[in-house]
Amino acid sequence: MAASAPQMLTANRLKDGDVLYWKTDGWVEALKDGEVFAEAALADVALAAAQSFVAGNVVVNPYLFDVRVDASGIHPVKEREIIRAAGPSVREDLGKQASYPPLEGGSKNPEGFSGRGAARTPDKNPSPKSAAQISTLPQGEGGKDTMDSFDVSI
Amino acid sequence: MYRYDEFDARFVAERVEQFRGQVARRLSGELTEDQFKPLRLMNGLYLQLHAYMLRVAVPYGTLSSKQLRMLAHIARKYDKGYGHFTTRQNIQFNWPRLVDVPDILADLATVEMHAIQTSGNCIRNVTADHFAGAAADEIEDPRPIAEIIRQWSSLHPEFSFLPRKFKIAVSGSPHDRAALKFHDLAIEIVRNDAGETGYKVLIGGGMGRTPYIGYVVGEFVARQDILAFLESVMRVYNEQGRRDNLFKARIKILANALGAEEMRRQVMVEFEEIRKAGTLQVPQEERDRIDAYFKPPVFETLAGDMPKGGGDFDNWVKTNVSRHRAPGYAIATISLKPIGGVPGDATHEQMDALADLMDRYGIGEIRVSHEQNLVLPHVRKRDLPAIHPRLKELGLATPNAGLITDIIACPGLDYCDLANARSIPIAQKISERFADLDRQHHIGELKIKISGCINACGHHHAGHIGILGVDKKGVEYYQLQLGGSGAEDASIGEIMGPGFGKDEIADAVERVIGAYLELRQGGERFLDTYRRVGMTPFKNVAYGQDLHAAY
Repeated sequence: MAASAPQMLTANRLKDGDVLYWKTDGWVEALKDGEVFAEAALADVALAAAQSFVAGNVVVNPYLFDVRVDASGIHPVKEREIIRAAGPSVREDLGKQASYPPLEGGSKNPEGFSGRGAARTPDKNPSPKSAAQISTLPQGEGGKDTMDSFDVSI
Repeated sequence: MYRYDEFDARFVAERVEQFRGQVARRLSGELTEDQFKPLRLMNGLYLQLHAYMLRVAVPYGTLSSKQLRMLAHIARKYDKGYGHFTTRQNIQFNWPRLVDVPDILADLATVEMHAIQTSGNCIRNVTADHFAGAAADEIEDPRPIAEIIRQWSSLHPEFSFLPRKFKIAVSGSPHDRAALKFHDLAIEIVRNDAGETGYKVLIGGGMGRTPYIGYVVGEFVARQDILAFLESVMRVYNEQGRRDNLFKARIKILANALGAEEMRRQVMVEFEEIRKAGTLQVPQEERDRIDAYFKPPVFETLAGDMPKGGGDFDNWVKTNVSRHRAPGYAIATISLKPIGGVPGDATHEQMDALADLMDRYGIGEIRVSHEQNLVLPHVRKRDLPAIHPRLKELGLATPNAGLITDIIACPGLDYCDLANARSIPIAQKISERFADLDRQHHIGELKIKISGCINACGHHHAGHIGILGVDKKGVEYYQLQLGGSGAEDASIGEIMGPGFGKDEIADAVERVIGAYLELRQGGERFLDTYRRVGMTPFKNVAYGQDLHAAY
């Protein structure tokens, strides 16, 4: 059985919706300051602990997501989490990235269009088409797993 | 414009205070998130990727200068200085704090605006032709009937918990600028052989994961019967819509399952019941009262000639100025698609300045189009040479309405919690690729529409070229669709095949355009050529030798 990827725990702050990351019994605002769980069991313990902050009306919607860690820092695996951690890729003046120092050349985005610190790029030798690997399903609030909720499609 | 009566004003004010109480109870813990979520959604408040998002209704896409200023104020005071106009003629603010939302709603109420029924399984904000009341080809302004529907459907107890959301669009012109056939229900004002106006009612259109073109369920519904007829449709849907499966709950699924003939039969059974009871008739005096709110301004008798302004002005007139019903007047489309910009975004400075422009030139209304542009509906032609340079200063004079850079794009993964892939950067790349105006004119009318997930907020099914973002193991890919149309010749785009990487999709579009320019005959639009030759010639070039199929 393959080892699971390292994980982090995230949620949104109730009063303003801001994205937060778990760090030892509490929350921080920047991904780089958050705690990385090398083992799934530890991540699950943190997720369970986060429920007290849900009950205390501090955060909503806590969940775990995969990251990869290298010498340059923590990188979410999915594009969604890369963008969530930084802000809109089309507005570097908004979101958490607004306080990042610009890189050499002025941009805050090391990979241009592909997102800040993007962990993945398209396969150059892709595997054969597999419908099971392709998701066209919406994610998030009211998305694929709740039958009676609302969605945001307009 | 419609003005709130005493009931409207009280209802909205009470709703604001009700939500203020609900927010307070949520913050204190009296309400759990599960209890609060449906309440906030009923007030247009979502939790998105980075923050909360508030969707404000712009009924039938019409705003006064005072309302536009209020939107600017909200963007400035409570948000991050801009708003995003959507394909449902609404505006979304991407960064409000929950604690501020009651105050935002209270501010909106002072200019007769709200966020009610911009979410949830109810009848949503009714959309309309953005040229309503101004178009040269219009039979009748569709907004009075949209307002009647708004009043009938707002908090309608029978239809507040439908199987799924329900979107209505209205138009009074034979040329469909409102994407009627892609709505749950659409009303087209038509004239019969006797010269009377009535309503053609279509149902069962939609986009999303299962796109359908709507069909006619009422060929000519008499004016006084329209609410009875709509209620009949809603009853059939409310009773038989699939509540067991979120993905099969829209009326399009029921309409397709029943078929047109059976659906018409069932609707007529309900309709006869309601008519027998004699209820839901719209009295003429009430129609007259509402019609009066939408009376066009008194048009001056002016020369019909279009003034000359040279270069940039002439280019802008060519694409962004449309024929008005009154000689000497014009309809001006304000593009929210600057080259390389974010489709549909407007800053608070732009909104304030537009409101000033409206007041200065006596333009009482501005419209939001489903194509994510703004429209000045009644402009004196003689004022255009003065208005254009001001729009240019504001970055609002991009001369591209209807051209390849006038791209619809949903917020996508840059903002949306549901999205699988980004839409806006793709729109920006294509826009920059085709920035040259001569090239755009050479290509001609071409509608590119981009969605970041299958919910299709970016209307990709109806794009002459549609692009759908998908997710493959956390990486974005894009499917190309060709041949869609949201106009009166509505069609659903055909998927080309395997998707393209995010750095490949603009190249693929350029190759498709290259093939079109080689293949087109006479004055064919891209859509005409596609319909004549089919997918194969485009597919043969789109993937190219140096592009790989994503999957």
